[in-house]
Amino acid sequence: MSEAQQPRIRIRGLCKRFGDKVVLDGIDLDVMPGESMTVIGMSGSGKSVLIKCILGLMKPDAGEVLVDGENWLGLDEYEQLKRMRRVGMLFQGSALFDSLPVWENVAFALLHHGESREAARSRASEVLEWVDLPGIEEKMPAELSGGMAKRVGLARAICHKPDIVFFDEPTTGLDPIMSDVINRLIVRLHRDFDSTIVTITHDMKSAKMISDTITMLAHARIHRQLPANKLESDQDPVVRQFIEGRAEGPINVSERNGTGT
Amino acid sequence: MSWLQGFGAWIEEILAHLGLYASFLGRTLKRLGSRPLYWRLIVQQAEMVGVQSLPVVLLTALFTGMVLALQSYIAFHRFGAESMVAVVVSLSMLRELGPVLVGLMVSGRVGASFAAELGTMRVSEQIDALWTLSTDPVRYLILPRLLAATLMLPLLVIVADMIGITGGYVISVGMLHQNPSVYIDKTTLYLQLNDFYSGLVKAGFFGMLIGLIGCTEGFYCRGGAAGVGRATTRAVVIASMSILVSDYFLTAWMFG
Repeated sequence: MSEAQQPRIRIRGLCKRFGDKVVLDGIDLDVMPGESMTVIGMSGSGKSVLIKCILGLMKPDAGEVLVDGENWLGLDEYEQLKRMRRVGMLFQGSALFDSLPVWENVAFALLHHGESREAARSRASEVLEWVDLPGIEEKMPAELSGGMAKRVGLARAICHKPDIVFFDEPTTGLDPIMSDVINRLIVRLHRDFDSTIVTITHDMKSAKMISDTITMLAHARIHRQLPANKLESDQDPVVRQFIEGRAEGPINVSERNGTGT
Repeated sequence: MSWLQGFGAWIEEILAHLGLYASFLGRTLKRLGSRPLYWRLIVQQAEMVGVQSLPVVLLTALFTGMVLALQSYIAFHRFGAESMVAVVVSLSMLRELGPVLVGLMVSGRVGASFAAELGTMRVSEQIDALWTLSTDPVRYLILPRLLAATLMLPLLVIVADMIGITGGYVISVGMLHQNPSVYIDKTTLYLQLNDFYSGLVKAGFFGMLIGLIGCTEGFYCRGGAAGVGRATTRAVVIASMSILVSDYFLTAWMFG
């Protein structure tokens, strides 16, 4: 396999269970450089666990997470932390640090890795401008609306110029207009910086807008993987039930524990 | 059989918790030998633990010294040994009441604050966010709190000892009309440096317990707002109980 064809992220045999509940059961997944992949699935299907395992926030029971060929799960804590400089993450609830003003939130990674305060602040202002929030550097997170907090979270995720960006439910809790703003920012991020993007969501409009590829998790496994533009016409009954939002179908709503069908 | 199973489960939970505290302490202390140490955060936490706890510590120590003088005077008066009040007040404050009462007050104020703050950060994914920003959460959040609590408790106890002894003096001399110079003589005559040091050693240990228990409960908090509430309660209860239990063993070890 040539250098250009090597996946940016390669997951092999990833397993995770909580007690008797199997959440991930031998997940194999490749994300190519510059690809925007969205993982969809019902609540509790293991999407967040998958991202947390990739980022080292959760220890899987088995499997490998290879980033550019290096197994991140085999690294010690210190080396894993160093690899995080390549990564940005927008959390579902934004996860801004309450005690720091917006600019210090955005420039957090830079400030903690040797950048001068002046340079870090200047870069924070630049990124805040990019997410269309100029002039809010001195505000505190408590003063921000949900949509502003999401954009500040996005600014923080990309301020240190990571080449892989993760989005955890980026439009959850936002009105349709603000959701569209966030979706457009993700599309711009993908287009302007050629970042590799992994998003988890159950917002189908968002998934179709921001993705090259869509992967569906069901029953603790990867159920289906297809180009985003084929999603609407896909006839797989599980995919149809999910995108049409029907309670009746192959996914048994009363047994959404990764085993029910 | 069920009570036996319940008892076994209870013992298992205690042992698991002790193991968690021990491993978290080791994980935190391992960071001491390398950089960065986040001095600004250590100073911030020291101010929170030390300076902001002063009012409650001063008030507790003052009234403890005063009531101790009053109670021991009543007892010693029956034997005509009123001059021994000074000895009882100073020895009790330095060896036991200073460190234990300061420990209990600080565990209520600081241990609860550590658990609530870190618990909120955990459930709102701020701790995960630190990790993804390539910042070690243990080094950034736990080490400064643990160091601040361990270092500031002995300083608070020094202040509490002084205020408690002064409270005893005020009551003995001002209200019970004891001779001031006799009171001061008795205070210094029977005290040994060891009495003072032992209190400080206890205080440092209690500070470490408060920091460790508050931080561990907050860091491993689960379950939203209710989880934060549970973590905060556990932090205060476990830290207070640990102070009282370890006080016995420390006393037995140092003076046994």
